[in-house]
Amino acid sequence: MHNTIIIGSGPAGWTAAIYAARADLKPMVFEGYEPGGQLMTTTEVENFPGFEHGIQGPDLMSVMRKQAKRFETEIISAMVDSVKQIDGGFEVVSKGQTYQSKTVILSTGATARRLGLESEKALYGNGVSACATCDGFFFKGKNVIIVGGGDSAMEEATFLTRFAEKVFIVHRREEFRASKIMQERVKANSKIELILNSEVIEILGVDVGHVTGVKLRNTVSGETSEMNIDGVFASIGHEPNVALVKGLVDLDEKGYVKTIPGTSQTNIKGLFACGDVQDSRYRQAITAAGSGCMAALDVEKFLAGHE
Amino acid sequence: MAHIFTEANFQAEVLSSPVPVLVDFWAEWCGPCRVLGPIIEEIASEVDESKLKIGKVNVDQNAHLSTEHRVLSIPTMLIFKGGQEVGKIVGSMPKEELLAKLAPYLA
Repeated sequence: MHNTIIIGSGPAGWTAAIYAARADLKPMVFEGYEPGGQLMTTTEVENFPGFEHGIQGPDLMSVMRKQAKRFETEIISAMVDSVKQIDGGFEVVSKGQTYQSKTVILSTGATARRLGLESEKALYGNGVSACATCDGFFFKGKNVIIVGGGDSAMEEATFLTRFAEKVFIVHRREEFRASKIMQERVKANSKIELILNSEVIEILGVDVGHVTGVKLRNTVSGETSEMNIDGVFASIGHEPNVALVKGLVDLDEKGYVKTIPGTSQTNIKGLFACGDVQDSRYRQAITAAGSGCMAALDVEKFLAGHE
Repeated sequence: MAHIFTEANFQAEVLSSPVPVLVDFWAEWCGPCRVLGPIIEEIASEVDESKLKIGKVNVDQNAHLSTEHRVLSIPTMLIFKGGQEVGKIVGSMPKEELLAKLAPYLA
């Protein structure tokens, strides 16, 4: 039986692995469907302490992975299909193979929310993008829409102006949730135009195989209109990846895994959670890493108390 | 090793290839591309090249190719057969899943 299985490979998962490995627990990490997590689709990370001049998100994750590997972490590049409680621990199933572990650290993170439109799905990769930093490049001199009203929407809109001729921010409400500094940056940018009190109800172009426009609905008047556009990006928040433990652990009212305040302990003994899957509030690389450290120390203590 | 395709050799290496070709469009600054890259290399070293040829296009250096083949998101993998695009796979994914999608070409 393994000491601990870590599910997820963002900053929380790798930090947990580094600490658990250094405590000689020989952790096993399942990297999942999107190894490296959300930082893999960011560019410059300027607020992770220790990198004076910033570091690219994917580079940061690659270094963390190497660091975990250096201390005898077993890495499995696969998704976990299920987790259940067994006598003395947990049973984790991945690709038809079963693994048993005394503890589990859940660090499955959160995934960007989509608009949830059929046309969005149909045109994904053909003008609909889930990654502004990956795909902005292909919209040189074109017009794009970004849906959202938070800091990351403002950040991505600003990033997209490097390539696009015009960036329209479509937001459901009159006011943005974004911080003042980000809003001001956006308002001062002549390439950005705001379309407020509006939502995208359909993406046009399914018939021709690429995005040609969008159908908008005014959230106040209910009126609909169409506009021509070449690309659609969405930045409308995140959903915690809890599918794996639904029904097993308690979730909070926002749907995130509930942990005992000040610890990484869930309501199930031996099951710990860290990173964005249990944090709807801070959601930073550094807080995720910090909570990953907490989870590994909690596991160490838990195992010591059981021997 | 995966082949390196460029604007200069695309016609000869891809469009005129007697066997189907998988082309991975990628860039250095794209995180998911860097996850997919080693998977593409692994598959390239394992599959029979008389069935499927595998290579990569760096979109930074070959912007013309991504425009011509309507690549609007990376990573995107295009499959060419007899000079025609016959398949399109968008986004990074685990090796097994990609192999399953390529199965028709590897049979």
